[in-house]
Amino acid sequence: MNAQELLSIADDELILGWRDSEWTGIAPSLEEDVAFSSIAQNEIGHARALYELAAAALGTTADELAFDRDPSDYRSSQLVEQRRMDWAHTIARHYLYETADEIRLAALKESDDAAVAGLAAKMDREEQYHRLHARMWAERLKDEPRFKEALEELWPYALGVLAPEQRAALAERVGLPETQAVERDGHSDELGELWEEMTMVRRSIPGATW
Amino acid sequence: MIFEVFRQEKKGAAFAHAGSVSAPTAEFAEAFAREQYGRRQESVALWVVPRGEIHAVTDFADELNKTYHRVDGYSLKAKLKEARERAGTAVDR
Amino acid sequence: MRSATKLHPNDRSVGGARVTDQEFLEYVQAGGQVETTDWMPDDYRAKLIKFIEMHGNSELMGVLPEREWILRAPTLQRKLALTAKVQDEVGHSQLIYRVVEDLGKPREQCLADLISGKSKFHNVFHYPTKTWGDVGVIAWLVDAAAIISQKALLKCSYAPYARIMKKICWEESFHILHGRDVILTLMNGTDEQRELVQEALNRWWGPLMQFHGNPIAKDEDPMYVWRIKSQGNEEARQQFLDGYVPQIWELGLTVPDPKLGKNDDGVWEYGEPDWDELKHVVTGHGPKTQERLEFRRRFLEQEAWVRSVVLAEAA
Repeated sequence: MNAQELLSIADDELILGWRDSEWTGIAPSLEEDVAFSSIAQNEIGHARALYELAAAALGTTADELAFDRDPSDYRSSQLVEQRRMDWAHTIARHYLYETADEIRLAALKESDDAAVAGLAAKMDREEQYHRLHARMWAERLKDEPRFKEALEELWPYALGVLAPEQRAALAERVGLPETQAVERDGHSDELGELWEEMTMVRRSIPGATW
Repeated sequence: MIFEVFRQEKKGAAFAHAGSVSAPTAEFAEAFAREQYGRRQESVALWVVPRGEIHAVTDFADELNKTYHRVDGYSLKAKLKEARERAGTAVDR
Repeated sequence: MRSATKLHPNDRSVGGARVTDQEFLEYVQAGGQVETTDWMPDDYRAKLIKFIEMHGNSELMGVLPEREWILRAPTLQRKLALTAKVQDEVGHSQLIYRVVEDLGKPREQCLADLISGKSKFHNVFHYPTKTWGDVGVIAWLVDAAAIISQKALLKCSYAPYARIMKKICWEESFHILHGRDVILTLMNGTDEQRELVQEALNRWWGPLMQFHGNPIAKDEDPMYVWRIKSQGNEEARQQFLDGYVPQIWELGLTVPDPKLGKNDDGVWEYGEPDWDELKHVVTGHGPKTQERLEFRRRFLEQEAWVRSVVLAEAA
């Protein structure tokens, strides 16, 4: 597994974790707010661990990889970049991403690189709870029109999270037909806006320790 | 629905009442309790119970001096002193 | 302390004798504990609900200034720590509103009263945050002021509240360390970073001094009389100054109050806080009050469907 591939997963987790942390304090219930925040923290934690692996190979640090690249150099999927501050889309994305990530992690756990395989196993153990949470909500919302629309809307983006050979498995698990994916190689304006806010303090005094 | 949460701090410890969460089902209550009472690994186990399943008992009658089945019902000092004196084994204590 | 007498549920009797308001007062002042199903004077219940509700409101509103900085945190470590800190605060509001609900006021009503301005939240959460310096000052000093108040609630006569305070104080312990870590890192950094801290401190000092409230005498403070809290306002403020002014000065920072100093009797003297500002702010006229309440209202309304479809009680 090369550093660029690690970065796509790390960037997915960072950007999704950033998006999920936007719900802190304003989730539909206080109990859910606390639960969803743990998920956001785990995603950032996974991003950090992946960046650290990539940083060792690239001769830099996790923070520099997370914050100091140009927005066009991020390898995140378009699914995670979208700003969807409504619960139906948030849960639809959460459900789709966790299902895709399960497939991706299963492959990573078989990696020849022991460090990658080991990290994938650890991440998978934490993700177990994310999947339980996502399924719990998806089951509860399955008849809700808002949720169904959100799932259909986000479906092409969800396919873009995975490598082409993994997409059939995702289609089977979600129960939607495989269709044209929105690929990873483009970024919308939303990533740029996110990056501006994410890096504004860090950029204010370059090179400083925080 | 309100679910009461009991937590066990470490293996072998008693489960103690920790608080309550509002949830529509037991599944949601478990997820919520796990985070509210275990996200720092501060508990090794939780019991999550619908509040309606808990029966409170708060009144007890204790009217007719039942010291016979408590430690404070047995004062043996005087009898022991007498017995030792009788046996000639009393010493200054 | 005399041994606690038993208060029977929904009934003013103790072992057959009627409990008067005076006996209840003596009971709590002697350290007696009250549970949810015990009888309590209407005034005690009303004051308790108002006090605890304000605490819940404050935890929930305090999240809003801080959550902006989660998104802007300059390192992964700080992002994680801030998210966890704010998560704790949301968790605290959950614990607190549950206590209020068990006292008879549903959570939805508490949130509605918060949004409408009918109920209040603490002054410090009505002010803007402008820089990363604010993030440090809030976690270091504002949280410290709050923790002093919270510790004074650990022996609250109303037992369910005292019990959650234990969990709250335990979780706050990392918040203090995080705050200190952020500040020390800034102070050991560049001149510009040190200036961030000083500038934030200059803005927060006024609200901090007002935080513990007007110095009413303990025995005239119903919260103390009912033993809901174990400390008067001025006592709390003195504790804050005693603990934190030395910490501020030892870093080479200045406090924007030329009158601040400890006198020969060990009492901190200071310039009179602006009590008009305090009143003005907590009655809903703070610089950020309306904007933040509006933000809360927006999301409460937008996601109301989630509560009715998903989170409503199972039929």
